Amino acid sequence: MSLPAGVLRGGLLPEPLIFERSTPGRTGADCDPHEVGGPAPDAVLPAALRRDDGLVGLPEVSELDVVRHFTRLSQWNLSAATTLYPLGSCTMKYNPLVNEALVRAPGFADLHPLLPDAWAQGTLELMDRLADFLRTVSGLPAISLQPAAGAHGELTGMKMVRAYHEDRGDPRNRVLIPASAHGTNPASAALCGYTVTELPANQAGILEVATVREHLGPDVAAMMVTNPNTIGLFERDIQAIAEAVHAAGALLYCDGANMNALLGVAKPGDMGADVLQFNLHKTFSTPHGGGGPGAGPVAVSARLEPYLPTPRLVRDADGLRWSEDFPKSIGRVRSFHGNVGILVRAYCYLRALGGDGLVDVTAMAVLNANYVRARLADVLPLAFPTPSLHECVFSDRELEATGVRTLDLAKRLLDYGFFAPTIYFPLVVPGAIMIEPTETESKQTLDEFIAAVRAIVAEADTAPELVKEAPHSTFIGRLDETRAARRPILRWQPAAAK
Amino acid sequence: MRYTPHTAAEIDVMLRAVGAASVDALLAHVPEGLRQRASLASLPRGIDERALRTELASLAARNRTEALTFLGAGAYPHFIPAAVEQLAGRAEFATAYTPYQPEVSQGTLQATFEFQSAVAALTGMEVANAGMYDGATAAAEAVLMTQRLRPNRPLVLLARALHPHYREVIATYLTGIADIESVEVPYGADGRTVLPAAELLRRASCLVLGYPNVFGVVEDLTRAAAAAHAEDCLLVSATGEALALAALRTPGAAGVDIAIAEGQSLGLPLAYGGPGLGLFASRERFVRSLPGRLVGETVDARGERGYVLTLATREQHIRRERATSNICTNQGLCAVQVVVYLSLLGRRGLANVAERNLRGAHALAERLRGIGTLRFSGPYFNEFVLSIDGARRRWQRALAAGVVAGLPLGDWYPELEDALLLCATELHDAAAMERLAAALANDLPPAASRTEGHS
Repeated sequence: MSLPAGVLRGGLLPEPLIFERSTPGRTGADCDPHEVGGPAPDAVLPAALRRDDGLVGLPEVSELDVVRHFTRLSQWNLSAATTLYPLGSCTMKYNPLVNEALVRAPGFADLHPLLPDAWAQGTLELMDRLADFLRTVSGLPAISLQPAAGAHGELTGMKMVRAYHEDRGDPRNRVLIPASAHGTNPASAALCGYTVTELPANQAGILEVATVREHLGPDVAAMMVTNPNTIGLFERDIQAIAEAVHAAGALLYCDGANMNALLGVAKPGDMGADVLQFNLHKTFSTPHGGGGPGAGPVAVSARLEPYLPTPRLVRDADGLRWSEDFPKSIGRVRSFHGNVGILVRAYCYLRALGGDGLVDVTAMAVLNANYVRARLADVLPLAFPTPSLHECVFSDRELEATGVRTLDLAKRLLDYGFFAPTIYFPLVVPGAIMIEPTETESKQTLDEFIAAVRAIVAEADTAPELVKEAPHSTFIGRLDETRAARRPILRWQPAAAK
Repeated sequence: MRYTPHTAAEIDVMLRAVGAASVDALLAHVPEGLRQRASLASLPRGIDERALRTELASLAARNRTEALTFLGAGAYPHFIPAAVEQLAGRAEFATAYTPYQPEVSQGTLQATFEFQSAVAALTGMEVANAGMYDGATAAAEAVLMTQRLRPNRPLVLLARALHPHYREVIATYLTGIADIESVEVPYGADGRTVLPAAELLRRASCLVLGYPNVFGVVEDLTRAAAAAHAEDCLLVSATGEALALAALRTPGAAGVDIAIAEGQSLGLPLAYGGPGLGLFASRERFVRSLPGRLVGETVDARGERGYVLTLATREQHIRRERATSNICTNQGLCAVQVVVYLSLLGRRGLANVAERNLRGAHALAERLRGIGTLRFSGPYFNEFVLSIDGARRRWQRALAAGVVAGLPLGDWYPELEDALLLCATELHDAAAMERLAAALANDLPPAASRTEGHS
């Protein structure tokens, strides 16, 4: 860091890497290795199996060093707790703090996953109730809570699709996916050995059943659809699409990334879905954690139920227990039982809101997104004029004359104290700006955000350089991503190793 | 509603701005047939925070975490200093998302870069990624990576002594991908994997060994690497107990090509098995084949050091169906928590905790001498297999006395029906060991013949 240490910038302090704070011999934790006796390592481990480098490359710092270091680092983040984080398709809503307190109870935190089932009935009961909630919300009869994230849920779902077709002696090799889909959809399908056919939407941004029919064939295993799609538009033909897909012997995979628009509005099971992954870190408010941990439970229709991952939770006279007795199962997709700590938080959220509260979530999420859309549509062109639900997507095409692009607008928003929207996604919209305010934002916050976007659009005309060189007031300036990729530096090295 | 701030007056103003008569009107384009069936009225009504606390407390009370347990087997009880969860739990880390805007995400990015550096140091490898879901999925991704690096070798060799969950997840991940055969490699009397014949190694993309393996036994990675590399086969080490890496020769020093581990031991609570964290480290020359996120160093417009997500052209959001993996997260907050833990303990603290574990487990084995015998002669870290007559019966008796005497291994290995997998960490003191010894010495007829379920 070229700044002299201790110089505040906007209330923030610079901070080197934790390794650069090291002083030989310092430690932040006490542990007496001799507490219970026992032999020295060199008495029981042959030299060839023993570590002899003194753990070179780890830091040597005090507890206070660690506290200051990570407190300073944390302050360099904008987060949903700091400001509006309108990252489209990520559903960055408020994460209730009570859930953080509850999950840390020793009864949940200290539970070993291999304890006898009878000793874990509290957690098993919670998981069973959560599964019930999610079955009701999805309109699908069976579910696994094991997948660790949305993309992991997709992988699990597509493995089940493959198992289903193979079980029928009709292995298929192709999957249909709309061009607007998240990248995880084609990547998950490919990990299950499928080739991918991309389908275009119509002029209104909607996938037409005729397009689907045109591409269906006896080699198609499944169609993967996100509904509402990544432009925030409800796929109105979804039931006809499901019928066509099923008539061709294929299955319908619904990506549940946008469930925040559907609570009390439509159930994927009623749309004809055979598989749906939930993203508990989106709709059900568990913290995104800077990139996980999330959880990606997978709900399925009756025809896919035999293929759910094992172990599965079953109830008998003694209570709940894990069972491996499902011969058609695809097997395990991770160790133990899933990201249970995340499941606890999601359960708390569902329990706090209840059915009535969930309906309100979607209603207010849709109102907020439509309010932002209405208040910005005169300065930024909408990607599609079609009515939209929980998010709205604009394009940067009218800024072209000013030389300001979507990326510049996003960076300038940081100066105004907001995280940026999702940009350049979906790929089908040139210069996409995708805004998802979520239901937890108030009208005041939305008005401040709207004012900021309008001010930036005005700046694009009057002071384009100001926008193109943004951000100006962040802790660090615009970063050189090309340089990072050309000559990757992926770790700190001890001096001797350099 | 406490998480939706709208007042009736605000809703009116907003609807006027939108030009809609009601919120319902905004949903009118959703087919009526779907809307009519979408009611959530069958769900219970919401409850207030106080009632929620009461309900969760009663659920937590039904989990018997007060018992004395000697369970490891892939999830390890360790002491977590208060600073670890306090710092990692800061809302600025917890409620941010993937650092797509690096200028306002430097906290997450620098912490992740430090995490990658610490994992590389811990494993002795050249590079590490930003994290995977858990050890088992990291092992599966490692196997898939070896298939990318050795595309003409549709065979993978998995040690039978590799944790069964890891083997099962690898099997799940491999189904449907080209016809990759998987061969199980047996273990010997010392509990170590018997190295496969050259003929097998020659056809395989990788050999995967536990380190320590599921029996707690320390495999000889150096010898395995030499054998594998002689046939151009890649060696993958899979560590369920990451703390062991502070005491054992590093996978990097032993010549391993990909080292993965479950990071839960390094500052994450048991939490009934998740969230954990997959550590994924490799050789520099394989970096463009790595799955998952990577953070790299760069400079900003003023020339100051900063961090960004990098080499993203491997990833699903750019490469779509040609990506190295479909993963789009890195258990980010768990990675932050682990690097806080590793920083706090540091070189000396971590070495001490590892030594305390090793000494404790050996003291326990010594205490149990005569009650049972060590099943395997190979060296171990903090976990070992005890052969004992009537293992399951004694385990049940101990359970009735409030002691979980490890894992009856017959659940996973039918050939080890008379064996218990026991783990002792820095949480087990001499009194705890005495209680276990007393409980296991008891071979009276069990109170009930019903066996407890395991998975």
